[in-house]
Amino acid sequence: MTGFFLRRLASVFPVMLVTAFLSFAAFHFIGDPLQNMLGQEASAQDRARLAAELGFDRPFYIQFLKFVGFALQGDFGISTRVGRPVLDLILERLPATLELALLSFFFAMSAGIALGVMTALRPSSALSRVSMTGSLIAVSLPNFLIGIGLIYVFSIKLGWLPSFGRGDTVKIGWWTTGLLTKSGWKAILLPAISLAAYQLTLILRLVRAEMLEVMHSDYIRFARARGLPKRLIYFSYALKNTMVPVVTVAGLQLGSIIAFAVVTETVFQWPGVGLLFINSIRYSDVPIMATYLLIVSFIFVAINMVVDCIYYLLDPRLRAVGGIK
Amino acid sequence: MTSGRPPVLSIRGLCVDFPSRHGTLRAVRDVSLEIAPGEILGIVGESGAGKSTVGAAITGLLQAPGQISAGEVRLSGDIIDTRDANAMQALRGRRISTIFQDPLTSLNPLFTIERQLVDTIRAHRALSRAEARVEAVRQLEAVGIPEPAQRMTNWPHEFSGGMRQRAVIALALCSQPELIIADEPTTALDVTVQAQILKLIQNLARERRVAVMLITHNMGVISQITDRVAVMKSGEVVELGKTSTVLSRPCHEYSQALLSVVPRGDVKLSRFPVAGSARNIDAAMKWLLESNSQHGSGGADALVELRRVNRVFGVPRLFGSVTHGAFKALDNVSLCIRRGEVMGLVGESGSGKSTIAKIVAGLNPPSTGELLFNGEDVYAARFEVRQHIRRQTQMVFQDPYSSLNSHMRVADIIMEPMIHFGLEKNRQLAEPLMLELLNAVGLEASAARRYPHAFSGGQRQRISIARALASRPSFLICDEPTSALDVSIQAQILNLLKDLQEKLSLTMLFISHDLPVVRQMCDRVTVLQKGQVCEIGEADDVFNHPRHRYTETLLSMIPSMHRPVELIQATS
Repeated sequence: MTGFFLRRLASVFPVMLVTAFLSFAAFHFIGDPLQNMLGQEASAQDRARLAAELGFDRPFYIQFLKFVGFALQGDFGISTRVGRPVLDLILERLPATLELALLSFFFAMSAGIALGVMTALRPSSALSRVSMTGSLIAVSLPNFLIGIGLIYVFSIKLGWLPSFGRGDTVKIGWWTTGLLTKSGWKAILLPAISLAAYQLTLILRLVRAEMLEVMHSDYIRFARARGLPKRLIYFSYALKNTMVPVVTVAGLQLGSIIAFAVVTETVFQWPGVGLLFINSIRYSDVPIMATYLLIVSFIFVAINMVVDCIYYLLDPRLRAVGGIK
Repeated sequence: MTSGRPPVLSIRGLCVDFPSRHGTLRAVRDVSLEIAPGEILGIVGESGAGKSTVGAAITGLLQAPGQISAGEVRLSGDIIDTRDANAMQALRGRRISTIFQDPLTSLNPLFTIERQLVDTIRAHRALSRAEARVEAVRQLEAVGIPEPAQRMTNWPHEFSGGMRQRAVIALALCSQPELIIADEPTTALDVTVQAQILKLIQNLARERRVAVMLITHNMGVISQITDRVAVMKSGEVVELGKTSTVLSRPCHEYSQALLSVVPRGDVKLSRFPVAGSARNIDAAMKWLLESNSQHGSGGADALVELRRVNRVFGVPRLFGSVTHGAFKALDNVSLCIRRGEVMGLVGESGSGKSTIAKIVAGLNPPSTGELLFNGEDVYAARFEVRQHIRRQTQMVFQDPYSSLNSHMRVADIIMEPMIHFGLEKNRQLAEPLMLELLNAVGLEASAARRYPHAFSGGQRQRISIARALASRPSFLICDEPTSALDVSIQAQILNLLKDLQEKLSLTMLFISHDLPVVRQMCDRVTVLQKGQVCEIGEADDVFNHPRHRYTETLLSMIPSMHRPVELIQATS
């Protein structure tokens, strides 16, 4: 286990370095941050002075090395648009995104697994039919349309839930949470549901397919022949065997929920990192864009590592030395 | 039964139906059986005879849409209602347990043996976790697992096949049932392990007075441990009686036929006896013979030769460095297959049979040593030479269900090698040859238009053979070609292979764990043990006068049968 873990950990560094290079390089050649900072009337001297101050006159590779060097110390530079440290800006908004992502992930996983198991075991029940049809709708509609639909029904027509913002937040250390206030909960429900819709259908269909296969396996037949209670067979003996592929997909999905909440955050004007990213693109705010991509790729790498470790815990066969029978 | 106590299981007039759009199929008709405490009743028959359906019906585990349409099942005198799902759920495990065929898939791979045992024990008895654990250790000890307390914490994949089947038996017995239904309990096991497991089932039945219904297609297993036997054909019991009586003086003609097709380990016959009339397959095979005429003159020189072959499977370690605790699958194997002969390859699973097959087929290079084909070093050959050798070497695989592409029509499956190797330019030219090949392996021309799933196991194996022949090979590798088939089908396929081999003077490597089959098929035999060659010799010599101790052990494990006297005289 330790060896496996260390090997996975070692592979993180090259991945992160390559991502850092790509994101830095890509944004370096897009747009002109100086123009945005100085405005139309700036003189050539002003430009040169600011460029020298910010290090933009140095060769590209030196700028990159400096970027990496500072990044390692937790210094991601200063936003060219807002003029504040990038890390502060991102940390300020990260809790909003993470709360939204984790809550919708929790919705998607719990409802997806429960409904997946049910649709597999009782395919002809009314709830199964409704959820199978519903899952088709949720998977075919674009995400923003679901968001707009939810706003129309619950905010405009019924007026139950707010259509934008995060509600009141409470500060715990540097983390701000909306989950401790009533208005916070009200505000998070719609975006979380809209973000969860697609993931839920994916998990539901995956769990259902895996469950149908597992229920026909010999060990389930043998477990039934031994007279084990149904609940134990369904939710322990069978469900655990469906989990390996589900964990893979769930891990990737959690990554994309965090990274690509951009659309949902825009629709609901959610003050998260995605919205910050969209606004930064407009002003070619290189430090923020590069840092955002770095953080997103780091989240992906970290989730993948956790997923690998979960495999290890789930399936004892992977723990066998070398895997040779 | 003879004693005054009621039989554990008593079935009267059991019928099982499978309704479908095309009408109702009656899988079991009017079956009546009884099993006394401590008695082992064998049910024998070919696949599709309804043997397993009887077992499934008693436990209420019939596959949908199967249903019991008539009959009465009594368990120790009580009538049980097999249609009441809840009552059956309460019955399963507690009073009736089942042992399934494949110990590799019967155990849940993600739970320890301990967890599975403790859950099962606690499902039936009000014990605490700790008490159930003690009981689990006792059960494992009873089925002969050494150091049970320690082994119990292992995962199923850490057990060998035989140990897993022991664990499965412990799981079936830990709820203290009155009746055990053993559905092909040893089919997936090696001969040596099979003998131990059968002995174990027999002892447990005697000691605990458990009634056992042993379902199998293997006559040897029946003769070894059953007290009485029921022969089933097309859903009906055609003969029921004491095992010794049925085996020595079978009354029904189907029982006689079933007994006569069992391959024999004691004498060599020219052909496998076939139940019913065998199809004549003397077809025009000029095309097939064309390529072989060019080197038919060879005589007794070697066509395929393995020279000091080693094959090591490395264990990957931390940071990529390899070979710590490597596993040696083949250890200095030298083997020579002469032109036109059938070389048998026998040994238990794990002895390296399949590794040799892969190396000889050119699929997997040896770690050291070389493979010569017609004097040419295969793995060092140029591309054109490799292609030529690939065309010459063909393989028939064990599982006819997974070795055919289910998305291709039979015609395309057989024509693909012809066109791929440029033996025929296009489909128009290849088609008549394909039809002749189908005829040669005993299939109708109409088979060409259909997909593999429309065929039975034996027919699929015929398609595999036709496909292998389609590239006009001179060397055929058969890796357990009949172990997935019924005995009577097995005899037909083996006869087909034998006829083709003689007519086309094919060289053949025949791999099997079934020693009687090897004796009938092969000119010479190689015995493998743990990756090493123990013995190579003429088949008759090896079987009559084994020189190596391991060969003797293997031979002694063949389930012996009391043969009907008149049948021995009739066939030899």
